[in-house]
Amino acid sequence: MIPIASVNPVAKLGAGLIVSLFLLATIDWVSATTALVLELAIIAFFGIEPKRFWLRTLPVWLAAPLTALTILLYGRYDGTVYFEFLLIRISDGSIELALATFLRVLAIGLPAVVLFISIDPTDFADGLAQRLRLPDRFVIGALAAVRMVGLFLEDWRSLELARRARGVADRGRVRRIAGQGFALLVLSIRRGSKLSIAMEARGFGGDTPRTWARKSPWGRAEWLTLLVGLLIGVTATVVAVLTGSWNLIVG
Amino acid sequence: MRGLDLRIDPGERVLLLGESGAGKSTFLHALAGVVGDDEGETEGSLLVDGEHPAAHRGRTGLVIQDPDSQVILERVGDDVAFGCENLGVPRDEIWLRVRDSLAAVGLDVSLDRNTSALSGGQKQRLALAGVLAMRPGLIVLDEPTANLDPEGVTEVRDAVIRVAESTGATIVVVEHRVSVWSDVVDRIVVLAAGGGVIADGAPADVLARQGKELAARGVWIPQYPPPRPVRAERGPQHTLLSARQLTVGRSNHALGAPLDLEILSSHALAITGPNGVGKSTLALTLGGLLPPVGGAVVASPALATGAGEHPIRWKSRKLLTRIGTVFQDPEHQLLTSTVRAELEVGPRALKLPDSEVDARVEELLTRLRLDRLAEANPFTLSGGEKRRLSVATALATRPQVLVLDEPTFGQDSRTWSELLALLARLVDDGSSVIAVSHDLDFVAALADSTVVLE
Repeated sequence: MIPIASVNPVAKLGAGLIVSLFLLATIDWVSATTALVLELAIIAFFGIEPKRFWLRTLPVWLAAPLTALTILLYGRYDGTVYFEFLLIRISDGSIELALATFLRVLAIGLPAVVLFISIDPTDFADGLAQRLRLPDRFVIGALAAVRMVGLFLEDWRSLELARRARGVADRGRVRRIAGQGFALLVLSIRRGSKLSIAMEARGFGGDTPRTWARKSPWGRAEWLTLLVGLLIGVTATVVAVLTGSWNLIVG
Repeated sequence: MRGLDLRIDPGERVLLLGESGAGKSTFLHALAGVVGDDEGETEGSLLVDGEHPAAHRGRTGLVIQDPDSQVILERVGDDVAFGCENLGVPRDEIWLRVRDSLAAVGLDVSLDRNTSALSGGQKQRLALAGVLAMRPGLIVLDEPTANLDPEGVTEVRDAVIRVAESTGATIVVVEHRVSVWSDVVDRIVVLAAGGGVIADGAPADVLARQGKELAARGVWIPQYPPPRPVRAERGPQHTLLSARQLTVGRSNHALGAPLDLEILSSHALAITGPNGVGKSTLALTLGGLLPPVGGAVVASPALATGAGEHPIRWKSRKLLTRIGTVFQDPEHQLLTSTVRAELEVGPRALKLPDSEVDARVEELLTRLRLDRLAEANPFTLSGGEKRRLSVATALATRPQVLVLDEPTFGQDSRTWSELLALLARLVDDGSSVIAVSHDLDFVAALADSTVVLE
């Protein structure tokens, strides 16, 4: 079992980015397949419960075929044409491109989602500020905002019920949601300003250089994570070049 | 506020009183150094330790009323550490302080505990611990117990006193409920609405001299309890709503055991019980806003009058004259930009003629002392005014059943007693009132029967 949860979130982000860069440079099915096979083999050792894995990655599994379908119907026309109707034209070229796109969305999306399941927002903020040296104010502010999302969801539900109680929930759905969205905006600005007072009262935003209560560890595991990302990207590229299917996207 | 002359010595424990709008909160914020120069005008000087309050952040700690808006981070330990980090305290020292502070406020939970899973009283003690970890010389508390159940009130009060005794910190607290603090502070200062100080001295003296006057202005003085309504003779009762083997919950997750209830006309029912047992959820379900998880809420023919027997299936507009609901947080119910328009929403949804709408709105404005605020933006009202407005909006459509969730939370004694009188009259006139409440005085004064959820 690979203890991926304890790896510094910045390293996970980095590994994901490295793989994406290699895969975005080309559009062919060989490189995407190679990367996907390697990734799935590694993910299998992360010890994620199957139910959780499928649930969290569901959006990727939905997005991949939908993107591929679009390309299949409207993509580059090349070779034999199998079907034609108005703007739709399915050809050898669009089939190949659709397959490559399908695999590519999976190869980039799956590891991104799987790596982020185990990321704790606080640890991530620590990493961004301490390792990548992003400005404290920005990182802590964003972190506090993320924590408020849960409150916004509760607000939204209350607003919905309150509108029913006020007798105005029967009118058009679009108008209702627009009005409710505006109310949520007002509430969230009020919550935000209260939170910023609370933060300021605890010395946030002062001139004293900030210390960090938590370490953001960086060691062998983090370098290894980046290395694995690099290896996947390089392997996929090499295999694609050797089989002659690698094609650089220019512009 | 203006023209205030006040000197507070190190180690004093001061209770600050004054009617709503006397500027108590503003004063506390200024002490904590969180009133920006762009937020209003300042004249004169305010010094903490002989310096401008913003000059040394962290010397003054601030705890505010709303438990949810001062939790900053997700884990208990990290949240307490936040202030220390900002002050540049070294890492090892931070964790020593975190443990000390949590012990001092008696919050015995793991450092990794999720802060959103804490009760209101625990969140307030967490905020106090976060303040304490900065080792402040002055701790200011702005109605720290107003939003808490009785248990939470005692928890927080005791934690503040323990902290004051062990650290010798100066304490300045604002609270409407004098009885919570009068025995443990050594000085009471009463601020005048226009500015300046009305009374200043030992708690017993100030209360003896000013008690009656303060009580009339909405401060809770134990010796001068707010007036309670005289109840009238009531007509015969009949069933309006009944709950049959009802279980309630959110997203099909049931809270508590099945419940049978009869909601009668000319009757006030109180729902009480500890935090988290589903009192609010029950109120929303009885109000026809949430679907039951099990069993049913059934409207009698007298209440339904052709709308069908399940309130949850009624159109939103059908609810208006049948079941009104007043939410715990009035801000969730606000829809418009003036008080008058807010009151017109319900009657207009019922398509009442203009003359009738105007008549109802005018009557409510006067009855709930909102007439001077008719053109004000509802969001700018004080807590008590917002509460009166949210009750008024429900009354505007004259529902036969009125459901209220914690109507007296954070209210001064004047609003409390007006609210009570209003609800008592509704019941005497034949309506049914269902109130979720932690407020034992309120329950005792109004309820004809009480359901305790466990």
